Parts: sequence; C-alpha cells; structure tokens
Amino acid sequence: MKQEARAPSEKRGGGQNTFSYYPGCALKSSAREYDISARLCCESLGIELRELADWTCCGASSAHATSDVLAVALPGKDLHAASEAGYPLVTACAMCFSRLKIAAHETADMATRTLAGDVSGNIVPVMHLLEVIDSRLASLVPNKGLAGLKVACFYGCLLVRPKAVAIDDAENPQVMDRLMRTIGAEPMPWAFKTECCGAGLPLARPDIVRRLSHRILLSAAAVGADCVAVACPECHANLDMHQAGMGGKHGGEVRVPVVYFTQLLGLSLGFSPYELHLDRHMVDPLPALSSKGLA
Amino acid sequence: MFVCHCGTNIAGVVDIARVVEAAKRMPQVVYVSDNKYTCSDPGQGSIKNAIGEHKLDRVVVSACSPRMHEKTFRKAVAQAGLNPYMLEIANIREHDSWVHAFDKEGATAKAIELVRLAVAKVSRDAQLHARQIGLTKRALVIGGGIAGIQAALDIANSGHEVVVVEREATIGGRMAQVDKTFPTLDCSACILSPKMVELSSHPRVTLLTYAEVVSVKGFLGNFEVEIRQKARKVDHASCTGCGTCWQKCPEKVKSDFDLGLGERTAIYIPFPQAVPPKPVIDLESCRYMKYLAFTASGAEGKKPPQCRICEKLCPTGSIDWEQKDKILTEKFGAIVVATGFKTFDHSAYGEYGAGAYPDVITGLQLERMMSASGPTGGEVRRPSDGAHPKTVVFVSCVGSRDEAKGRAYCSKVCCMYIAKHAIMLKEHDPEVQSFVFYIDIRAGGKGYEEFVRRAQEEYGAIYLRGRVSKIYQEGRKLKVLGEDSLIGRPVEIDADLVVLATGIEPSTGVVDLAQRLSISYDTDRFLVEAHPKLRPVETQTDGVFLAGVCIGPKDIPETVAQGSAAAAKVAALFSQEYITTDPMTATVDLMKCTGCMLCAQVCPFKAIGSQTMRDGKVLANVNESLCKGCGLCAAACRGKAIDLRGFTNQQLLAEVTSLWQ
Ligand SMILES: Cc1cc2nc3c(=O)[nH]c(=O)nc-3n(C[C@H](O)[C@H](O)[C@H](O)COP(=O)(O)OP(=O)(O)OC[C@H]3O[C@@H](n4cnc5c(N)ncnc54)[C@H](O)[C@@H]3O)c2cc1C
Repeated sequence: MKQEARAPSEKRGGGQNTFSYYPGCALKSSAREYDISARLCCESLGIELRELADWTCCGASSAHATSDVLAVALPGKDLHAASEAGYPLVTACAMCFSRLKIAAHETADMATRTLAGDVSGNIVPVMHLLEVIDSRLASLVPNKGLAGLKVACFYGCLLVRPKAVAIDDAENPQVMDRLMRTIGAEPMPWAFKTECCGAGLPLARPDIVRRLSHRILLSAAAVGADCVAVACPECHANLDMHQAGMGGKHGGEVRVPVVYFTQLLGLSLGFSPYELHLDRHMVDPLPALSSKGLA
Repeated sequence: MFVCHCGTNIAGVVDIARVVEAAKRMPQVVYVSDNKYTCSDPGQGSIKNAIGEHKLDRVVVSACSPRMHEKTFRKAVAQAGLNPYMLEIANIREHDSWVHAFDKEGATAKAIELVRLAVAKVSRDAQLHARQIGLTKRALVIGGGIAGIQAALDIANSGHEVVVVEREATIGGRMAQVDKTFPTLDCSACILSPKMVELSSHPRVTLLTYAEVVSVKGFLGNFEVEIRQKARKVDHASCTGCGTCWQKCPEKVKSDFDLGLGERTAIYIPFPQAVPPKPVIDLESCRYMKYLAFTASGAEGKKPPQCRICEKLCPTGSIDWEQKDKILTEKFGAIVVATGFKTFDHSAYGEYGAGAYPDVITGLQLERMMSASGPTGGEVRRPSDGAHPKTVVFVSCVGSRDEAKGRAYCSKVCCMYIAKHAIMLKEHDPEVQSFVFYIDIRAGGKGYEEFVRRAQEEYGAIYLRGRVSKIYQEGRKLKVLGEDSLIGRPVEIDADLVVLATGIEPSTGVVDLAQRLSISYDTDRFLVEAHPKLRPVETQTDGVFLAGVCIGPKDIPETVAQGSAAAAKVAALFSQEYITTDPMTATVDLMKCTGCMLCAQVCPFKAIGSQTMRDGKVLANVNESLCKGCGLCAAACRGKAIDLRGFTNQQLLAEVTSLWQ
C-alpha cells in the first residue's frame, strides 16, 4: 500500500465536509431520483460528495449468498479505493451501506483480511447519508418548510441490523424521525418502521413482497401518514412499484406515496418537486404534497 | 514434626519413611514421627504428648491444606501449653500427593522441600495473641421490605435493639404492592400488615422511614452510621394520622406506589395500611413549596396559590414548614442490608411500543389493579378507556434472560406470578382468556408446578412457547405477533391488554450503598454473599449481612427465610461479650514508615488510616479489627515498613533461602 494514500487524520471522523460518495447501481438506474436529490441536498448543505473513482459492485444479494470471501472482497475493493482517497465513505443505498460496513467490520479481523487479499490496513469510516445529515442537524436551520406533512419514516432492515453495523435502534429507530421533525414535518409514531418489505423477492415471489409491503402501507395509512419516507432503493421499489397489485384477498386497497427522505429534505431546502424528480414515482406524491401547499 | 499418611491419600504416593528420615536431618528438628491420621484423636494426642515429653517449643504438621485443619492443630498445640501460633503446616496433600499421583519419586522430593520450607518458617514464628474488643449489641437494618421486617423482628425478639432505615414513606416494600401471593393465593396485605404493625410497635425497634444511610464508619461490632431523616414537614410526634390533610389537599399527582395508575395528593400516605400511618409532604408537588420557590426566585408574573390548606385544617397543628433534613449518628454492632428490587423499565423494548401503548402494562401494575385498595378498587380495567379486558396476553422474560438487553439472568418469580395472574383474572371475570408466551416455565418449589398446571387446566390459560416479536396498536386492540415454537408457526393475537413480566433488578442507589459498606456487588448490581452456598447471608465484610432480593431474584418464602437467617447470624454475634480478632494482621514499623500512604490506597478493606506523631509526621496506622491479613500493603510498601504477623518478610525469605541450603 502506498504511504501517501493514508488519510491525513483531520480528514477523518466528524466535522469534515468532504466525503467519498458511493452511489451504487440502483442510484444510477431505477433510483436515479434518490441520487439526484441526495446530491442536491448535500450541495445545499455544504457537504461535498466526491464520487469514488472506478467503484465496483458492492456485492449485494448475489455475492454474500455465493461466497463468504467474495462478500468481503467485492466491497473490499471499494473500501480500498476509499482509503486511497482518504475521505469517509458515504452511501445513500441501504444495501450498499450494509455490504460496505460489514466488509469494513469483517476486515478488521486479520484472518478474513488475508483470505480476501489486501483490503487496506487503513479502513476509512463507512457511513450512511442519514448519519452524515444527522450529525449536521444542528447546523440545519429548523424550518417549517414541511409543516403539516405527516410522514411515516420507514427504515427497513439493513440500516438497523445487525447490531455491529446498525446506525440506530433495531426496533424503534429515530434518526430519520429527527430529521423530519427538524424540517417541520410530523414523523408519525408507528410500529412498522423496521418490518420486512419483501427484500429481494419481487421477481421470484411477488406475492410475498405484496403481502409484506401491504401490511406496512396499511399501517402507515392507519396512523394517518401522508407519505412514507424511505432510505433504501429496494424498499422504495417494493412499496411503490408493487402497490398497484396489493389488496385483493389481503384486505383493502391502499394508496400511499413512497418518497426518499432526501426528496423531502430537498423540498424544505427550496428545490422544486421537479428538480427532485418527485414525478418519477408510481404512486404520485404530488397530490398529497400540493394539498399541503408543498408542490 | 508430624508427618501424616492421611490413609493412602498421602502415603499412597509420597514415601513417608524417606520424608521422616530427611526431616530428622533438618536443622532445629528434634523430634519426628508419622501417623496414619494426625487429625484423629490419637493423632492429636501424639502431638500433645510429644510437646510435653520432648519440650518442643514449636510444631510442624505435614498433612493436608491449612484450610482443612489448621484450626484443629492450633487447638491441640494450645492445649499442650504452647502459643497456638507456634505451628506451621506443610501441605503435602493438595499441593503434592493429589496433584503428582503419577510421579511418586517427584512427589516425595517435593514433600521434603515443603517440609523444609515449613521448618524454616516455624523457627521464626513469634507468639501471637488474639485481641478482644467490645461490641455494641444493636443492629441496623437497611430496607423495610419483607426481608428487612423479618430480620428486624427476629433480632428484636432475640432481645436486641434494632433500628430500621427505610427510604420510602412506609415500610412494606414490594410485597405491599402485591395483591394475592402464589401458590396459596393468600392476600398479601393480610399476611404483611400484621408484621408491619408488630414491627412499628415493638419496644426494641426504632423505625426510621423516609430516611437514608449517609455514611458508614467502623467495623464489626463497632459501626458508626450517619442516617439522614428527610424532612417530612409533618411532626410525627403530634400527628395522629387522622387523614384530614390528605383528604383535603387539592394538589393531585401520579402515585408511585400505584405505578402511575392512580393519583395521590401532595401530602400523602402511600396506601391505606401504610406504617407509620402518618403523612409526608412531597416537596416537589406541594403548592406552598412551589409558591415559596417562586417568590424566592424573584420571577415576575402571577404567583402560584399559597394553599396551606393542610396547615389550616390540621387539628393538632402538626404541619411544620420549618422542618429540615436531620442527620442522626448512631452506633451499631451489625448491619443487615435488605434493599430489595425494582422492576425493569420496558421502554428499552421498542418492539413492545417502548412504553408508549397505555394498554401494555407490567405485572406489578396488574397487581395494583387487582388489589382492592388499589387505583381501580380491585377491578381490572384498561388504562386507555377503562374497559374490562377479555383477551389478555402475558409476555414473560421482559428484561430477563435477554442478553441483548444486558440481562442474562432469570428473574425467577415471573413464571409463578403470571400463572397467578391468569388464575386471578379468570376469577375476576370468567370471560377472560389469557395467553402466556414463555421461554420455559420455571416452577421449582413446593406446590409450584401444580399451581401452574391449575392455571392451564382449570383456568384455561393458553401457554404458547415462544417469544413475542412485536406489539402494536390497531384500533382499540393490541396486535401481538409471536411464535409458537412447538408447532413452528407464527401466531397473531388481538389483545385487549398486554401484561409484560418485567424482570427484577436491584434497587436504585444500591451501588452507592455497597461502596459505603465496603461490600461487593456483581455485574448485575446484585450484592455478593461471602459464599454462594455455605455463607449465603454473610458478606466479605464482617458484621454486614444480607437478606432478600438485593442478593438476587427470589420469592417471599425464600426472602423471609433469608431475613431470619441474617437475624440468626446477628443474634449469634450478639451472644458474645467480646469479639476475638485474628492476630495475623499487618503492622507498621514507625521507624521505617515515610507516610507515603500507598498502603492505604491498596488496602481493599479500608483498614489503613493515618496517625499524626508527636513530631507532626503523618504515618500509616493499621486498624487491626478491619485488617484481614491479605498482605497487599506489605507487598506495596516501598520502605519495607509493613510486615504481616505470621507471614513476616523474614519468614518468607527464610523459606525461600532454605531451598538452596
Ligand atoms: C409483579 C410481582 C408479583 C409478585 N408476586 C409474588 C407472589 O405472589 N408470591 C411471592 O412469594 N413473591 C412474589 N413476588 C416477589 C416478592 O415481591 C419479593 O420476593 C419480595 O418483595 C422481596 O422482598 P425484599 O424485602 O427483599 O425487597 P423489597 O420488597 O423490594 O423491599 C426492599 C425495601 O428496601 C427499601 N430500600 C431500597 N433501597 C434502600 C436504601 N438504600 N435505603 C433504605 N431503604 C431502601 C425499599 O424502599 C423497600 O421498601 C412478586 C414480585 C413481583 C414483581
């Protein structure tokens, strides 16, 4: 490993404003609006995101189901690149976050490190975008931007499990709720924050995805949420895309818009719904937003 | 020198004849014999005879561990007229024959070396004399739950004075909150109240409620304890407990005794059978106190009302606004700690609503609801809407047996009180259906297993083995998601009320108290007994005893047994006129001591203090009553000013050098 690649220590830990950014595949395709809104918000908040050069697949779903070594080696390559760059690595995708942070955690163990090749003896912190923004909540001027909007914050599974890499409590996480409260929205207390949305099953067993996601949406509707905010492209796909097929024998139809937390943050920062690509969702959030005078 | 065969325990491995031969050639050894069982009567006799016949002035016994028979042989030596400390034991059993059973040659060589060490040491033994100190035959009991009540009554009935310090406004502890008791379902108040009254009216008992222990000094037989009597703002000497004040006080706050389910006034007694039956004023909620705080702060705006209704209505003029906290200093010979427990705070369980659902309650709250003198007058009602619940789900092990919550231990009483609750609910209302989620049913105890079966078979409680994964509000119902792991399927129950069997943990403040008393606590903050099996109510600090749930979760019968056990220990102690102390303690050579006081820092028993000499020098001073002779100070002392009697530096050096002489 090259010596100059070691990050100067002042670039580490909290406080700094430059991050290596790992978008991941979904944010470059089906979840482009997440990528775009995340970058807009960060820019506006003075957070510099430098896209990691030559990033590769984090291995989500396939790699860790195939091989223990690959599960660490694939994200390990990105961790190595991030160490060379010297900035903390931030990602907005919950799956990428999970793979990268687990790899960072496991490579702390020498045996794994030897197996997976030289990952880098000097691993930069891996963070989810929610954590980065949460650490700057104080500098985010509290505003009434989203006043009146009732939001059900949905965390899914990967941000809060397993404990070693979790960003918050697994049962009743608060980090997104805090952000929503800061920007004037009303985070609803509800019991389905970290339930399973069906994860990677939409092609193989869409019935299971619909059943599980349906329960989540019904519960969000029951507490009176205007929309569900997510921080994971897979949760978004399952909750949003599959909504049309839900209901039927599993109970009533449900129509709840599902948006990325960065899109709501972007609205409060003054971006237009179109800049934030709020029109890209299957369940149109614009009527709900405009009824609150937000779009 | 007496070499013991210990049957074949030693002789089967060690060549005794060779040890005897070797010992005879050691310096200063004038007499050697061997014996099959030296500890037996004839064995001890042979020691005594030899002392007389050969004019021995010190003795080595080569036998088993000194932990086993040191006392026996000291006594034998003393009976023959020697100072009992002129004895050394060479442990050639535990340290030799037992561990080197397959190396007879090596074991014999080692036995000879061990004997050589003992000879070197015994020749430098000095005559030591046990000291006798007086004791105060008066006991302090900290905590007025059933454990403390039982201990205090038993000590008082054996003829000694007792002071009970209870920090709440009444004695009774958690048992006073419980409705009926398993497995006999007798009413808790009916069996507890008479004991509470007996305690308060006992001529040899002084009851200090609303009081706390501030500091503890001294040692076995001679403790000096500072107790803070918190200001009640009511003169209990003149108060008759007529009740006018608490009936008329206009300020209502949530009652801690009813666990937030009911209300009490600012001047209050916690429950109708409270002992003493006289009120205290809660300074935080009293209107007049708020008024005084407001005027003192000089804040602008509307003043709160002055109120003082209690003062106006009190027929005996017992309200005393000037009353302040008082510090009492008392002397005791023994202390019993019985500080009990509190229940686990279930807001740590996000999956069960983190304390946010009103109809998810704890077992102790259900006890209060079932109690006839409780907040609902004995009717079980949902806190949210007052409705009578029909479907009730019990969740066991909330904050017990759950390492993720830092509680690995079993709380022991929950399985039993859940069965009790299921039975009682059905008796209150035959339409109630109980479901119990459990991990295992722990019902060890006389009549306990039968009791649980009754809950299942006669009272129709449905037991599901598995954990509840989630509880959430759906309309007026609580959705309970769990697993029946016996059939391997998820279960969903629409419940009206969920009762969490929240685990038992030590009372708040127990760590502070333990530190004041120099007693140990474990990682769960339960107090540690001197020996978990053989000394269950003693501590490592002589004169301090334990009883009840402060040691670990247990039910009332076990708690009462421990209360009596601790009292028996105190009574045995108080049956002596003097306390005899072990003379094997540290001593300070004042000529060498520089007063660095490192010894005081390393001493685990707080036995080393300082003394000011005539020339103003401050030097170390060992309190021999507290010293346990562990030797840490001797090892720490840089100037070799500290020596341990019976294990002097000179003796240890002689032992070591004997090995190459
Ligand atoms: C819901 C529930 C139901 C139960 N039902 C039954 C049952 O049916 N049958 C049964 O056998 N057992 C039952 N138990 C167990 C029973 O409550 C205990 O065994 C018993 O109360 C233990 O008594 P204790 O004196 O050790 O502790 P506690 O009752 O806790 O008493 C300790 C006392 O010490 C005081 N104290 C604490 N710290 C200090 C301090 N620093 N200074 C001064 N005072 C202090 C406290 O205020 C308290 O008054 C039940 C327990 C629970 C939680």
